[in-house]
Amino acid sequence: MSNTLIDFVNISKSFGNQLILDEFNLSVKENEFLTLLGPSGCGKTTTLRILGGFETPDKGQVIFDGTDITALPPNKRNLNTVFQKYALFTHMSIAENIAFGLKISGKSQAYIDDKIKYALKLVNLDGYENRRPDSLSGGQQQRIAIARAIVNEPKVLLLDEPLGALDLKLRQDMSYELIRLKNELGITFIYVTHDQEEALTMSDTIVVMNQGYIQQMGSPEDIYNEPQNAFVADFIGESNIIPSLMLEDKLVEIQGAKFPCVDTGFGTNKPVDVVIRPEDIDLVKPEDGTIEGVVTHLIFKGVHYEMEVMANGFEWLVHSTDMVAVGERVGIHVDPFDIQIMNKPESEDDEAVGVNE
Amino acid sequence: MNKNKSNRILAGPYLFWSVAFILIPLAMIVYYGFTNESGGFTFANIAEIGSPENLKALGLALLLSFISTLICLILAYPLAMILSEANVNQSSFIVMIFILPMWMNFLLRTLAWQTLLEKNGVINSVLDFLHMPNLQIINTPYAIILGMVYNFLPFMVLPIYNALIKLDKDVINAARDLGATQKQTFLKIIFPLTLPGIISGITMVFVPALTTFVISDLLGGSKILLIGNVIEQKFKQGSNWNVGSGLSLVMMIFILLSMAIMNKYDKDGEGGMF
Repeated sequence: MSNTLIDFVNISKSFGNQLILDEFNLSVKENEFLTLLGPSGCGKTTTLRILGGFETPDKGQVIFDGTDITALPPNKRNLNTVFQKYALFTHMSIAENIAFGLKISGKSQAYIDDKIKYALKLVNLDGYENRRPDSLSGGQQQRIAIARAIVNEPKVLLLDEPLGALDLKLRQDMSYELIRLKNELGITFIYVTHDQEEALTMSDTIVVMNQGYIQQMGSPEDIYNEPQNAFVADFIGESNIIPSLMLEDKLVEIQGAKFPCVDTGFGTNKPVDVVIRPEDIDLVKPEDGTIEGVVTHLIFKGVHYEMEVMANGFEWLVHSTDMVAVGERVGIHVDPFDIQIMNKPESEDDEAVGVNE
Repeated sequence: MNKNKSNRILAGPYLFWSVAFILIPLAMIVYYGFTNESGGFTFANIAEIGSPENLKALGLALLLSFISTLICLILAYPLAMILSEANVNQSSFIVMIFILPMWMNFLLRTLAWQTLLEKNGVINSVLDFLHMPNLQIINTPYAIILGMVYNFLPFMVLPIYNALIKLDKDVINAARDLGATQKQTFLKIIFPLTLPGIISGITMVFVPALTTFVISDLLGGSKILLIGNVIEQKFKQGSNWNVGSGLSLVMMIFILLSMAIMNKYDKDGEGGMF
């Protein structure tokens, strides 16, 4: 987990006059499951395509295993890609699809046959050798695309929104499959998605991107629990982002009420943004809360109720397993360690880099 | 029920058209083809194809249209690839340049080639001016091939172009990703996947080239007879509708046969070609 395998160094790329990546830097470690997460147009797919060799950066270098591969064509790179729409060869059988890379590199027929068997077993599709790609379901086609890539024993597997075209249940099943595959193969996975849930479930490291910049990089827990700016907080999960005033260390004023918190070092009387996850808000009796409000909306979501509470002019989003009826008065309580303080963007430029919705 | 009825009424004009101008003429050709001048049943008209001059005309027509189709394919595939890779503005410009002459009448364009290729025509005047040897291809099979390629090339380009733009870019990327060179990617992925387009291009060039009589008439003089010219002569000069119809039926069999072969290969194209 410690050796750096891939380095993006100062990569810039624009299409026409649209800047997609600007001085982009990223290191990927060996055996890491790294996810590039962001909204469409954030540069995540372009990053992956530059690594795959399908796009050439305008500026900068891609270092792979110590060598500069920026100018290397895709067929000379020791990595394989799983494409969003599978990109199977429809004029070939499943076995021929999987054998494609091995035949090109001149492996023996016995070796190829073994590998096909092994790969189909790995993706739970044994016996599908002679089927045609278009006779398979979307999920099965995606498994074949993965099998076709991994038989070549790449050092890195690139996955470009591979679950994007599948339905919810299948997507969840495939997430677990991918984690299992990654552990069995012991290679680096670089995964591109706009789905925060996929990212949180599968990744060792998440890179949140927006407008060609990295917003935050860290473990799923870090990204979820301690978002560094409002964009990350808003993009990962649901959250209340409230403009507030940091009175002093460990005390913040939110909508006129003083909340104890655990953050220090922001100075005194400094405007900040506060992030509170909806599940971290406790609804208590009106007199026991820090702020008092009225429940305005109530929706049953299965695992929990989603409520909106109007308190001091702010609509608080609350997730709770206990229901409070619309119109009832409640108190809002938040534990100090559930309050995440973020610096406000200092200028318009910062805002463009940091927050964009 | 009502919808069915109104649908049937809407199909009426076309139904009338196809009965009046397709089915009835076809029935007449079959009738003439199998009868002699006094109206008695005979196979003699069909057997006319076996006569030495008719066989020669048929053989020449097959040879020339085969060569023309091949040349069209060799010219069209690279052009279609360039078109499919150009951006939208560029490609629509190139397509326009390409299609523009097609709006002109086919006869007019062939006549223009006649003027260009003539012994004292435009091309030879220019060559004379440059003190270069004259081009003597008018009234030869070469001129006919030139005319066929010129007239039918767009019918080869368009289906191949369509097949190429339908090809998912990521399928090509996937082949490259799996280690294939550009050449291997073309031979193993792009070519087999565009085979249906190639087949329909071949059909659309070969069939009209096989039966043409105008191109051979105008560019081959009246010396070179293709099977199309023979049939035309039977109807017009000889006024022998029976033999003309008989030979037409034979040609129809050839066309059906070539289409059947194409269809079969087309299916193989969808199947295993690795």
